[in-house]
Amino acid sequence: MTRYALTRCAVAAFATLAFVPLTLAQTKPPAAKPAAPATAPDPTAAEFDKFREVLEEDNPAELFEAKGKELWFAKRGPNNASLEKCDLGLGPGVVKGAYVRLPRYFADVGKVMDVERRILHCMVTLQGFKMEDLAKQPFSNPNRTPDPVSLVTYVAGQSRGMKIATPMSRPEERETFEIGREIFNYRAGPYDFSCATCHGEDGKRIRTQPLPNLTKPAEAIRAYQGWPGYRMTGGVMHTLQWRMNDCFRQQRFPAPDYASDSITALLAYLAVNANGQVYKGPGIKR
Amino acid sequence: MADPMKIRATLQGDVADVRVLMAHPMETGQRKDASGNVVPLHFIQTITAQLNGKTVFGADVSQAVSRNPVFAFKVKGAKAGDKVSITWTDNKGEKRTDETAIGAG
Repeated sequence: MTRYALTRCAVAAFATLAFVPLTLAQTKPPAAKPAAPATAPDPTAAEFDKFREVLEEDNPAELFEAKGKELWFAKRGPNNASLEKCDLGLGPGVVKGAYVRLPRYFADVGKVMDVERRILHCMVTLQGFKMEDLAKQPFSNPNRTPDPVSLVTYVAGQSRGMKIATPMSRPEERETFEIGREIFNYRAGPYDFSCATCHGEDGKRIRTQPLPNLTKPAEAIRAYQGWPGYRMTGGVMHTLQWRMNDCFRQQRFPAPDYASDSITALLAYLAVNANGQVYKGPGIKR
Repeated sequence: MADPMKIRATLQGDVADVRVLMAHPMETGQRKDASGNVVPLHFIQTITAQLNGKTVFGADVSQAVSRNPVFAFKVKGAKAGDKVSITWTDNKGEKRTDETAIGAG
């Protein structure tokens, strides 16, 4: 892939966010810093970790996994078909281990897709659902959990205990990763924020919540296994698509399109950064 | 029909540690939906647990309990393979019973 094509692609990705075009030079990622010396764990953080451990024992995300499994095998939609022929990258119907190898390039669509996007693609092509309908209210609220959310939770649960191994062998995948890195570091909006403002350095926090440095594997995994996750507040199940959307809102950016190239790129960046770490399964949040 | 519960029962000595995760909206009657209407009360009122058909645990529950609640309790004198069944009833009269066998600890 030429440098020109890459830039053009990045601009195209940003166009959906109504951003001004950017050049590669503007958004060079910060130079890697040497690892911080090991310090005694913060007592507050340690208590939070204990709290999280207790929560993880009985994660209501399991209920959504069960629901998602039911949906996966159920004959639904205008075509009255199940998702058993859905190819998540490891062949039609292979769910086990698929999640830790996404986002990846899919030759049938000529695009890199993350898990939610791929599931939507399957729901459209196999079951005959309309993308417009699926994208109308894509995120969960206390009254309603959209089907793709449960399906993502089921697929994610089928990679429990496996190592993240996001592929980077294809040029399209490397390109998507690069675009993701650009978006991660792109400062804009009324606060002049980028994702990296909060998630590009060690030891940052918002209120009492420590913020992981998503450029490092050990911390990127914390975000990556947090979602899909069950949020205690309101008792809702959320996916990474929602998390990214909400990050944009928190930065006061224009809302990104649901299941767009930009979000896939960001997720690819996050997933590749978490490579080699063990995925614990759907998460739980306070 | 309510969604199934997830029941985990493991043995430690002769004490079974039972944990139940229930799928229930547990509406408090205080919340309003998007159009401003109050979401009516809908919550689990009673929970009973049976070990091989004998009631060993009962609880009266209020709407103060969270959505998709978890309950945990211990039962003495249980053996591996014993059947634990849990039943909840909510204020709409809806009922759900699930059963599992106690696994070795």
